Amino acid sequence: MPKLTKELLDTYKTPASPETGYIKVGMNTCGISAGAQKIYDAFVHKVKEKNIPIEIKKCGCLGMCHAEPLIEVKIGGKPSVLYGRLDREKALSLLENKSLPEFLVEESPGQKKIVLRNCGVIDPERIEDYLEKQGYQAIKKSIFELGPEKTIEEIKKSGLRGRGGAGFPTWRKWKSTRESESSDDNHHGRFIICNGDEGDPGAYMDRSVLEGDPHSVIEGMMIAGYAIGSSTGYFYIRAEYPLAVERIRKAIAQCYRYGLLGKNILQSDFNFDLETRLGAGAFVCGEETALIASIEGRRGYPRPRPPYPSVKGLWGKPTAINNVETLANVPYIILNGGENYSRIGTGQSRGTKVFALTGKIMNSGLAEVPMGMTLREIIYKIGGGIANNKEFKAVQTGGPSGGIISKDHLDTPISYESLQELGSIMGSGGMIVMDEDDCAVDVAKFFMKFCFDESCGKCAPCRIGTAQALKILEKITGGNGRREDLDNLKRICHAMQKASLCGLGQTAPNPLLSSLRNFEDEYLEHIEDKICRAGRCRELMKRPE
Amino acid sequence: MNSYETLPDQLSTYVNKWKPKKGSLVMILHAVQDYYGFVPKEICFVLAKELKVPLARIYEVLTFYHYFRLELPAKYRIAVCMGTACYLKGAPDNLDAIKENLNIPEGRATEDGLFTLEIVRCYGCCGLAPVMSINGKIYGKLDKKKSLGILDEYRQKETDS
Repeated sequence: MPKLTKELLDTYKTPASPETGYIKVGMNTCGISAGAQKIYDAFVHKVKEKNIPIEIKKCGCLGMCHAEPLIEVKIGGKPSVLYGRLDREKALSLLENKSLPEFLVEESPGQKKIVLRNCGVIDPERIEDYLEKQGYQAIKKSIFELGPEKTIEEIKKSGLRGRGGAGFPTWRKWKSTRESESSDDNHHGRFIICNGDEGDPGAYMDRSVLEGDPHSVIEGMMIAGYAIGSSTGYFYIRAEYPLAVERIRKAIAQCYRYGLLGKNILQSDFNFDLETRLGAGAFVCGEETALIASIEGRRGYPRPRPPYPSVKGLWGKPTAINNVETLANVPYIILNGGENYSRIGTGQSRGTKVFALTGKIMNSGLAEVPMGMTLREIIYKIGGGIANNKEFKAVQTGGPSGGIISKDHLDTPISYESLQELGSIMGSGGMIVMDEDDCAVDVAKFFMKFCFDESCGKCAPCRIGTAQALKILEKITGGNGRREDLDNLKRICHAMQKASLCGLGQTAPNPLLSSLRNFEDEYLEHIEDKICRAGRCRELMKRPE
Repeated sequence: MNSYETLPDQLSTYVNKWKPKKGSLVMILHAVQDYYGFVPKEICFVLAKELKVPLARIYEVLTFYHYFRLELPAKYRIAVCMGTACYLKGAPDNLDAIKENLNIPEGRATEDGLFTLEIVRCYGCCGLAPVMSINGKIYGKLDKKKSLGILDEYRQKETDS
């Protein structure tokens, strides 16, 4: 395999789709568990056996998880169509030119795909597919046209902010890491880490990107590494995502073979190495200082900041930590220009955001939308509304650190700021829809239990606060609540917010506080009338119909 | 029967590869668990010597992370997802049914050593909620009946073999 040069890189062009047609099978974790592997194998077998001139390809997540397994079919000159919920036999009948109108699915309108631009389009296990989609052109542009400072400048112009939760401006993180002094200014002076420890239950955007388009995240890491002056990057990925780990490892190996990683990348003087490290099932490791401790091979305990990782991070060296989705945006921004990217979005929130729509929604799946779209548009237009003709009750964003938003706020345009005003956060992008059968108190208890289990125990406000809040919530859902419990809960929450060491404890009260704010009447029903209107809390009565 | 007194070749190679790298302990423990299905106590003694770190350091890390197991799991490892989407879509009911069917609480193995029952956070397959996995294979869109049916399939497989 010859090492790629910048001239060779340009020889990869999007090929004309084969005239005879193709069939693509969505092969991410959810597709595979819904039976995609069997269908793919059957196609491959049949095509070979019958000598049918059609190409069978794998691809990543198409975003419509509700209709898995998904297949894209393009035969002859006809436009491509999507089929969902097929089984093996039905799928095979497509090869006999049958059309199965009842299995056709259509992509929801209103999306803008930047992060997911290649997901479901290319085969994630073939670097050639990525190269044909202008792959590694952005790192080339950074190295040969922009240089590190201008690369950071482009990111600044784009307005890109961290997609992992807090929304810190990406350029500032990079600039500060670049400018911090390091005790070692050669090979191991600075680090870039990709945070793939997607621990929020109900969020799986990062998994889909890692599985469906690993090279765009790798290219994002390379650009970040180049911009901050680092030659070593680490992928930190949850061990619960074995397929994501496998695909990233495969993609890294391909890059080394093509000379896109290692020494003198594209014959420049930029050297860059990438390694993967596995998480081991600790939610707190999504917090950056805890994540660093975990990569260092220690318990994932957070430490006080400052000093921030951009000053003193991995092994005491300046370190930039970016989330998967943030990094996947980077190649697009560099190629298309920061200004161009910043035209999408609203206020201080530019660009797009990927949401994982789950819960009681008709079409659960991934949706990448421009910032500024309203919750109603996302839930009803893209998500198709509430399943089973039930009534919408609330939507939870931001996982255990986020809040529960009631229907009064459905017309809020989504942005970092607007969600914060509602007592929630953007978070990593989980959006869990609840209907009338879900109980606000029960859901608050669920999240508090989660934070109680996941609190690392290092600081008292979080360790004791989650335990006491959970105890009170259990009392209320068990029918033994008292009026003054609500004030106690609020006091505990405020103490946790103010005094906890890291983000986990500081934001753990969010689901509870926001549900208290939006659904106080339900808490009172639980306490005074011993009624749970949703019928979730088993010790209480359900409200008579 | 495995002897845990020395590292098998495969692990030994892995340990030697990772030993010079900084912060390799978590990765080495992953390799040990992948090999044995859990992290045996005796192996920790060996690792302490090999890596020249105190045993307490190894246990400190081992007990912090949920992913590491200190006991040999049963032949089939059932992991019921309790992520938010699964929780809302009936995972607690499924879990109760499975517990009753197997007659064990979570975290335990059945008497015949066939099943272990665990709860996991989120597999990120929320579109198929509620889900569970058995030895890594994910089953989606479950209800009580379907969950128990899957257990029966595994029992059947066992009697057939």
